[in-house]
Amino acid sequence: MYSLHAITHSIQDWLSARLSPVWVLMIESIIVIVLAIGLFAVLGLILVWLERKVAAHMQIRLGPNRVGPAGIFQTSADTLKLILKEGLTPDGADKFLFNFAPFVVMIVAMLALAPIAFANGFQIWDINIGVLYVSAISSLSVIGILIAGWASNNKYSLLGAMRSGAQIVSYELSAGLSILTIVVLTGSLQISDIVHAQQNGWWLFKGHIPVVIAFIIFIIAATAETNRAPFDLAEAESELTAGFHTEYSGMKFALFFLAEYINIFIVCAIGATLFLGGWMPFHIGDWAQFNHVMDYIPSSIWFFGKTFFLIFLIMWFRWTFPRLRVDQLLTLEWKYLLPISLFNLLLVTVIAIMNWHF
Amino acid sequence: MNISQILFGILTVLALVSALGVVVSKNPVYSVLCLIVTFFAISGHYILLNAQFLAIVNIIVYAGAIMVLFLFVIMLMNLNAEVEPQKSKILKFAGFIAGLCLFLVIVAALKNADEKTQTQATQLAGGDIGLIKNLGRALFNDYVLPFEISSVLFLSAMVGAVVIGKKE
Repeated sequence: MYSLHAITHSIQDWLSARLSPVWVLMIESIIVIVLAIGLFAVLGLILVWLERKVAAHMQIRLGPNRVGPAGIFQTSADTLKLILKEGLTPDGADKFLFNFAPFVVMIVAMLALAPIAFANGFQIWDINIGVLYVSAISSLSVIGILIAGWASNNKYSLLGAMRSGAQIVSYELSAGLSILTIVVLTGSLQISDIVHAQQNGWWLFKGHIPVVIAFIIFIIAATAETNRAPFDLAEAESELTAGFHTEYSGMKFALFFLAEYINIFIVCAIGATLFLGGWMPFHIGDWAQFNHVMDYIPSSIWFFGKTFFLIFLIMWFRWTFPRLRVDQLLTLEWKYLLPISLFNLLLVTVIAIMNWHF
Repeated sequence: MNISQILFGILTVLALVSALGVVVSKNPVYSVLCLIVTFFAISGHYILLNAQFLAIVNIIVYAGAIMVLFLFVIMLMNLNAEVEPQKSKILKFAGFIAGLCLFLVIVAALKNADEKTQTQATQLAGGDIGLIKNLGRALFNDYVLPFEISSVLFLSAMVGAVVIGKKE
């Protein structure tokens, strides 16, 4: 049976038999770059289409249904339109930073892709502090947003950027603490170790109620960190026109739009890896036969299935909850989520030390 | 020239150029952005020394949190080159002398440091003292007291911030 692991190994062997190590590294990094950009393009197209379909379903509409079967080429047509549109730069804007900001947001989204394990043995960089790396990188996206809001020289953009900054900096705390609960249980920050620790069941089921609480807090914080409704104060269209990307048009706007969806994918991939076992199939303890049947489903399908389930959850939130006010947003984080997650971390530490988890 | 040497060169040039940019650029927002680039270059150096944990913590604390707050404040104040207060000549001269003194001390300190031979340098690069497990062991075995005292210091700083913020 073909697996992605075998394919990467055969490419590695084929290249290293013919070329010097430096060239092998170069060619492999080019392959990785092409794959990452390809993944970005495909994900952008699929997720935007999915969002519109989910939204339509929630509101008992049909959604896009003209271009292609079930409107699946609608996003491609929209992208073509955005490419052909003129990218305006306002007169009063800081020209360099205005044009630079979309790339910062995009590059940050790309960097966070590195330690994610897409399938068994299919990972760009298995760094020994993978989880910490992702949370560090995802905290940087706010810099791009702040640059965009400030360089536009528009009061709505600046207000949106400031709101987004306050929001991301504060929700990072509870996201980090809920990630730490899994790190405490596993005893490692490496993504591959975390996935392998879930061989006899996912942490969501093994870790009792504290892990469930951590999972809920993580999902809330992830929604807030990606500036999604009900936390979309940064681009609240009824108050701030479009928030930090008010002045952007054409492909520059499209980059912000794409980065938002890539960030959703990445936080959901991290959530799936930490709490739902990543590429690990659904295993129950040591029921060897049941586990064996589950292993027949390829690991990449497990990973993408879990990730898209979480993405669906976040899209569902958007059409379920009304938008929070700024004071409610900060109260929720600092007065409720942060104390709960601090106490929860303590509980999980006790569980991990006493070996009470399954 | 192997890859790590090339990377070291690129990162060093980047760090020096962006550090100069912090001082030279007229617009304070550009200064802060240059400082962020400097922190990134220094994190790259940590990774070359196989100290990934330090590198990531450097990014989280400085580039991710402190510099974001800096950006926040500077963008909200909307400082321009025109409104920048002009300092007196004497202050500029005093700053110049103080900077020179610091530079002299740093050069003197570096001159007395052990010269790392090529083998020592490679040992440093291949060593795993910067990995999170060894770092945690060192912090909680050899340096428990200073570590805990510094955390108390942070706590008192937090309490101080809350007290100042509460003051009407």
